[in-house]
Amino acid sequence: MADQALVATPSPRPPEKPVKDKPGPLEYMRQWPLRVIVGATLLFLYLPLITLMVFSFNDSRRNIVWHGFTFKYYEKAFNNDSLQQAFVNSLTIAFLCTVISVILGALAAVMLWRFRFPGKTVVEGSMALPIVVPEICMGVAMLVFFARVFPWPGGLPWPLNLGAITIAHISFAFPFVATVVRARLASFNRELEEAAKDLGASEWRTFWDVLVPHMQPGLIAGALLAFTLSLDDFVITFFTAGPDTVTFPVKVYSMLRFSVTPEVNAASTILIVVTVILTAIGLQMQNNEPKDKKA
Amino acid sequence: MTDAPVSNAPAAKPAPHVKENAIISFQGVTKRFGKMVAVDNVNLDIREGEFFALLGPSGCGKTTLLRMLAGFETPTEGKVFIDGKDVADLPPNKRPVNMVFQSYAVFPHMKVTDNVAYGLKMDGVDAGEIKKRVEEALELVKLGGLGDRMPDQLSGGQRQRVALARALVKRPRVLLLDEPLSALDAKLRDQMRSELTSLQEKVGITFIMVTHDQDEALAIATRCAVMNRGLLAQVATPADLYEFPNSRFVADFVGSVNMFEGVLERDEPNEAQVRCAELGAPVYLDHGVTGARGSTVWVALRPEKIEMHKRVEGSTAMKMEDAPQGTNVVPGIIRDIVYLGSETNYEIELEGGRRVKTFRSNLTRYDQEDFTWDEPVWLAWHACSPAVLLS
Repeated sequence: MADQALVATPSPRPPEKPVKDKPGPLEYMRQWPLRVIVGATLLFLYLPLITLMVFSFNDSRRNIVWHGFTFKYYEKAFNNDSLQQAFVNSLTIAFLCTVISVILGALAAVMLWRFRFPGKTVVEGSMALPIVVPEICMGVAMLVFFARVFPWPGGLPWPLNLGAITIAHISFAFPFVATVVRARLASFNRELEEAAKDLGASEWRTFWDVLVPHMQPGLIAGALLAFTLSLDDFVITFFTAGPDTVTFPVKVYSMLRFSVTPEVNAASTILIVVTVILTAIGLQMQNNEPKDKKA
Repeated sequence: MTDAPVSNAPAAKPAPHVKENAIISFQGVTKRFGKMVAVDNVNLDIREGEFFALLGPSGCGKTTLLRMLAGFETPTEGKVFIDGKDVADLPPNKRPVNMVFQSYAVFPHMKVTDNVAYGLKMDGVDAGEIKKRVEEALELVKLGGLGDRMPDQLSGGQRQRVALARALVKRPRVLLLDEPLSALDAKLRDQMRSELTSLQEKVGITFIMVTHDQDEALAIATRCAVMNRGLLAQVATPADLYEFPNSRFVADFVGSVNMFEGVLERDEPNEAQVRCAELGAPVYLDHGVTGARGSTVWVALRPEKIEMHKRVEGSTAMKMEDAPQGTNVVPGIIRDIVYLGSETNYEIELEGGRRVKTFRSNLTRYDQEDFTWDEPVWLAWHACSPAVLLS
């Protein structure tokens, strides 16, 4: 190959023509039907969100007609103490729920992947239950549970008063984490674990040095799931929230009952931006992982 | 000779660095997985400094035996000694052995130096010493300068060297290698073979290798154990394994062979004769066979030990009885020719219809033109060439 470069013979291949020829049989993206479908799908997904964002800058009490650009409603939203409190509550609950769900979910995944024990299938099935049970049932169940079986003491200082909601959120978020992490573990090369032990590592060191790094993309994906699930949950939260523990979705719902003002749009836009940024960070962290071939 | 029992008698010419003491000793080791017997009452001593190969088809128990040394499996019955110590209760991380895994198992999230340093870190070696020994180990496997790479930036061969360095840096008493060359391409495999041998001589550590590739075992090992269905079939030097197999399984598994069933007709101390229906003539042997007269035996004849001579069509004038002393001769016709460059493989049909393989070295550039398809030939072999097998 080096010789060729020295002699510099003209390449036998004709120079690339500008792409004008017919698309190849597998180049679906260059055929119009698929382009139309993709375009329509994107429009369907994002047009409502874009409308919401655009109208958050609308200088009008009503959300229907465009009257001009303003930051007024963002100001209003920032000055709305109860809205702010709800926002902080939501973020706090989401954060606690994420941390605890990731730990619980990862441990559950490792247990189900690693060990064989009597009743394993039952445990596995019951773990998936919160994913499939209708949210409204979960909500009512939580309501009854916290009212009768395990009453969460009222009047606790912040953030302890958020305990009931946080527990409810963890209960439906951690199975998602467990599912994602378990899928990740399926690709683990057991020889890596044996290699670590062979080199003198204890069980515990092996877990931290080999298994956890392998699980990391799953942990991040699971954390993102848990965070977003908790942040936007309405149904279950609605049943477990008290008057002093309002979360953002519940607050927005109560505001909507009076009128749909651009203030709601503004608050929602902020939430969307926060979620998008967090997701981007999470994806970035996953991409930075070294590609694990079966090394 | 041919039916020598499985023994651990010292090899005829042990490599100079092989010591007399057994560093590994399996004593009546059996391993069952449920009803399946993976390893069946294995007794085996491996001497310090040996490059020992466990050879056998897949599922013969060789890997299980190796994993028992590493501590990943425990014997159902029997005892395993490493360096004179019963290791029954020793977990993998406390054993003086290290392993190179089939998939190499290089930690994908650590750079090369961290991979190699891992074992020393677990042992609590201080940082300066670790740095020095890691550098030495990487030099040893010719990976100097690649220490900062991540495993996914390395080729398969380089990853294997990392795995080697990672195991050797701990200066184990025994190095275990699980199918070390199976994932490499042919050229690299040849190179790694000789490198493994010289590496072993340099570090003087006992190497135990598992392989299903008989070429590999013959080329590298000082001694091999052939395993079949959990049992040790034969333990011998590569040459003894090839030239003096003790059973049909070993003769067939190691190398290429023509096998004829026959009846032992005559058995003197230095002469024997086997009647083979397929050959159409008796086989003369210049050594005795310790078997009962009239019993069924098998004659194993390596293809390269058969010579071909031209024969006039229709002539069967030269009978075996007329052949020169100490030579067996049968007539046949060439049915198939495979030209392989360094040698040519012929398939010859005997008068009874049985086909026999023979290899012929291409000593000059015109040798492959000597014989052609459907040519009548004589096949001849020396009376000392065939191995007579009783089982």
